[in-house]
Amino acid sequence: MGLFARHRKLLQVGSLALLLIFVATLPLYGKTFHINMVNLILMYVVLAVSWAMFSGSTGYMSLAPAASFGVGMYTMALLQYELPFPVIIVVGGLLSFMLALLTGLVTLRLKGMYFAIFTFGLIVFMARIVAYLESQIQHQRGQHIIQLDSSTIFYAMLGVVVVTVLVIYFIRRSRVGLAMQSIGGNEDAAEHMGINTTMVKVLTFAISSIFMGAAGVVMAPRLIYINADIAFSPVYSFMPIVMCIFGGMGQFHGPIIGAAVFGYLEKTLKSDLSTYFYLGFGIIMVAVILFLPNGIGGLIQMLQGKIGARLKLRKGGEAGQHANT
Amino acid sequence: MPILEGHGITKHFGGLAAVSNVDFHIDQGEIVGLIGPNGAGKTTLFNLISAALPLSSGEIRFKGQKLNGLKPHRICKMGISRTFQETKVFGNMPVLQNVLVGAFFGTPTRISGADAAREASQALEFVGLSAMSMTPVKDLTLVSQKRVEVARALATKPELLLLDELMAGLNPAEVSEAMELVTKIRDKGITILMVEHVMKAIMGICERVIVLHHGEKIAEGTCNEISCNKTVIDIYLGEETRAGS
Repeated sequence: MGLFARHRKLLQVGSLALLLIFVATLPLYGKTFHINMVNLILMYVVLAVSWAMFSGSTGYMSLAPAASFGVGMYTMALLQYELPFPVIIVVGGLLSFMLALLTGLVTLRLKGMYFAIFTFGLIVFMARIVAYLESQIQHQRGQHIIQLDSSTIFYAMLGVVVVTVLVIYFIRRSRVGLAMQSIGGNEDAAEHMGINTTMVKVLTFAISSIFMGAAGVVMAPRLIYINADIAFSPVYSFMPIVMCIFGGMGQFHGPIIGAAVFGYLEKTLKSDLSTYFYLGFGIIMVAVILFLPNGIGGLIQMLQGKIGARLKLRKGGEAGQHANT
Repeated sequence: MPILEGHGITKHFGGLAAVSNVDFHIDQGEIVGLIGPNGAGKTTLFNLISAALPLSSGEIRFKGQKLNGLKPHRICKMGISRTFQETKVFGNMPVLQNVLVGAFFGTPTRISGADAAREASQALEFVGLSAMSMTPVKDLTLVSQKRVEVARALATKPELLLLDELMAGLNPAEVSEAMELVTKIRDKGITILMVEHVMKAIMGICERVIVLHHGEKIAEGTCNEISCNKTVIDIYLGEETRAGS
């Protein structure tokens, strides 16, 4: 089993490295269409992985990603002439962090449905307040953003993805990750076992927003023009959730698979066959919820288990993903 | 010297006084039983001590230090741990990981991963669940889940342990085992306050018993005193017990 586990680890790291090399070299030989598609997928990876980190483990259903994402987009729009691009990415992340921190302090006492609805309200509120300020102060609707070439955007997004995935991977394995999981398991018990549940929730909610905000900053120049309704579109909240359900939240790679599949579908089907996109989208979602409650990630794990049993090898996956450190 | 003392403890839920004007004390190293009919306020009193609920009035002191206004996670770190009447476990986590949560977060000082793992497996061994350490808790029987809660509470290194109906639903053999476990915990130097309906257990291991009824303390004393107390017999124990014990 030890040998198998070691090989497995090597295999995982190896395939991850190959994937990263493939993605990183894509702008050198890929068509613009493909570059843009992978770019979209990368954006969704950030949103889905960040969403799963907080909502997936604590069980607090957040509909706030669009708010963080929109803050990022507007940060880019307002600071594009003032600061260099990489600095704006950081600033956008920090502003989203602040917004989430404030929201979290007020709302994380709310449980279940109430938290979900409040965070949805936050998107609507942000969209309206930004539109209002825009019309009052700038006497205009929307913002123009100078286009950056697609490989700059692509590499910026890739950078955000790498940082997001690494940071969240380590958070999930740390004691903060264990605390979040306990809150999801039973919040009362977690609190009574010495976990400052309020602090853990507020802080991790805010941390997950950093990445979403950063993704918003990077995505803004691809759109050239944004307004409040585009930047704070609820789609940016719902898509990551759908991707996480589809991919499964039990494993770290679940949301990534979900982001890849739906990003691909969105780019290929939506551009000319938008009806089919939503039709296919709906069918897939219903099928996954009915037949694969643990998502594609869960299915893969099940298959691995079956194959492993057939090879008379006990699978060593279970131990690896839990915080034992 | 009392490790825990309460003065004038009162808790109102709207117009209902779930606990009213209760004074009590628990000495270091004791096993104290808390009994009374359903709805007497036993679990509410536990919730007030562990700060799951705020006091309406009165004060609770732990080793002389006032607990009023503290959050449950602070109380736990100070050295008071508890189990729950309706088990509150982390169902999807393996048994060992449930206990690890207590070991990691329950103590005031930061503990290393290796130390936490050692604490957790010791606690599991102590309650006799080592064999199941990798089983998800939701697959365990209720009896074993209650033991997981005890192990988890022990992993926080408490000085005072609150056990809420540990023995409910156990058969006589299991009750004896549980009694042995409670005594073993006390022998480690941990003071115990336990809510229990199983009178055999109360009479067998408690040094002192506190009786609540309608939120008020109606009696307190050794097991013998309580089992002969007229009010307690009328309200809770009934004639049988007196004749029997």
